[in-house]
Amino acid sequence: MESNSSKSNTGIRVIIPGALTTVQDAGRFDYQQAGMMCSGVMDTDAYEAAGYLVGNTDGEAVLEYTVFGGTYLFESDCIIAITGADMKPSLNGSPCPMYRPVFVKAGSRLVLGAAVNGCRTYLGISGGIDVPLVMGSRSTCMKCRIGGYLGRALCSGDLLPVGSSDVSFEQLSGRSIRQPVYSDTITVRAIAGPQDEYFTDKGKRTFYSCAFTVSDQSDRMGCRLNGPAVESFHGTDIISDGIVFGSVQITSAGQPIILLADRQTTGGYAKIATVCTADLPLLAQARPGSTIHFKEITVEEAQQATEKTAELLP
Amino acid sequence: MSTVRIMPAGDAALVAQFDSRIDPVVNDQVHTLAEKVQQAEIPGIRGMIPAFCSLVIQYDPHVIRYDAMRRTIEDLAEQVSLKGTAAKRILEIPCCYGSHFGPDLHDMEVFTGLTRDEIIARHSGVDYRVYMLGFLPGFVYLGGLDRKLEMPRLKTPRVKIPGGAVGIGGSQTGVYPLDSPGGWRLIGATPVDFYDPCRQEPVLCKAGDYIRFVPITSCEYYDIRQMILRGTYTVKVHEPVRL
Repeated sequence: MESNSSKSNTGIRVIIPGALTTVQDAGRFDYQQAGMMCSGVMDTDAYEAAGYLVGNTDGEAVLEYTVFGGTYLFESDCIIAITGADMKPSLNGSPCPMYRPVFVKAGSRLVLGAAVNGCRTYLGISGGIDVPLVMGSRSTCMKCRIGGYLGRALCSGDLLPVGSSDVSFEQLSGRSIRQPVYSDTITVRAIAGPQDEYFTDKGKRTFYSCAFTVSDQSDRMGCRLNGPAVESFHGTDIISDGIVFGSVQITSAGQPIILLADRQTTGGYAKIATVCTADLPLLAQARPGSTIHFKEITVEEAQQATEKTAELLP
Repeated sequence: MSTVRIMPAGDAALVAQFDSRIDPVVNDQVHTLAEKVQQAEIPGIRGMIPAFCSLVIQYDPHVIRYDAMRRTIEDLAEQVSLKGTAAKRILEIPCCYGSHFGPDLHDMEVFTGLTRDEIIARHSGVDYRVYMLGFLPGFVYLGGLDRKLEMPRLKTPRVKIPGGAVGIGGSQTGVYPLDSPGGWRLIGATPVDFYDPCRQEPVLCKAGDYIRFVPITSCEYYDIRQMILRGTYTVKVHEPVRL
């Protein structure tokens, strides 16, 4: 395989960037105490699957497409894998399989359409998207304009460098993972707290028994929900404290917001519950209008659930 | 021993909650516990978020389970003294008040009934405690604003406030670390970068530090800014003194 060709023509050229395409990795965890948000991929399952399929083992960066993927030209030979939402990918006009490694010749054109279910798709590539590390991560933080490709979503004409990899396609060709199907009605499991004592029994019953709808104002920062107001004793203002991926804040109007990858590090609303890690990918793929139910579980049950998810990858 | 409650914050984090109030002593306990956790080098820890009166500790549940983590943190919390620490690190932050650096200073005069010089003297006459950082990288939540300088936020926030702007919002004062929308009243600007992703230490101060604003002229502002861009300026720091 050609791997020593000149740096300037190795990479992926953006022809049409899609609705919101960014470079992401697992996230920027080490500066949260300084107010730096984590960013990182929204769907960690699809991200880890992509990394496994292309033989990456070091937290390499991927492209995250949102709702509509766009068109890309490969300027060098690559091994790719497409995971997450189905955007009906095609390579040089022929359907491109998902959830398995694909060898791509230089000059090939990848087209991703609109997501037919779910809303986020990932392009893993052997060697990863080789943008510079900023504060320990390659993830794009659009709010701070750092990381990823110039700290922003991709635009037409951008050339994304690809890292080198020793893995050959032959080593990977047996790999495949079953493609998930995302539903428009989901149940996510959540652990009570840390501020569940702010809510009345009626409020907690509302939260765990009623259906909520994903608002079209949802984004990488948070999944905003509409539904019956969750009743609190004396409002939901708290002295600001730390929030994590999956924290469920209740606004003063009683509406839940589930904090996701681009969340701020701290917040001033009481958190009734925290969605378990294993179910966060469901939220990453939830489209506006989807219906969400919450189911309470203990932290012990949730930690067993993450173990089961981890076992799905060989 | 301090009073601390430990609760899960999901399956990959826990929160150590101290007395629920904004108080330097409680806040010291938070930062002391964070230091102890850091020093203990517990395997599986993925990040910490200290706040006014709580500490979130993120961990990898594949490495350590909740029960074991809770016991470990409880043991460390027992070593946190009720008095907190007495060390005080003060950073001198040059600030150019008024004119286009602080377009709301005039409104402040009208609202507070104080003269421009009185506002500047009061704002720069206090050492502000950095209780926590959040909202944006390097954004400091400061305590200690003179009550006479309290002023409500703008009804309509500005779409873009330049990084370095020094403002007052309600009972808080602080510095915008980068260009951002915001509703605080702007009274001045500092040439110092509270956040610079390219710097060895991207964020200037840490929770538990103190900040002292030092009034400067607009000429000094530009001089310091030039020095910062050339990499020849260092913020004056008064290292911890025993109180």
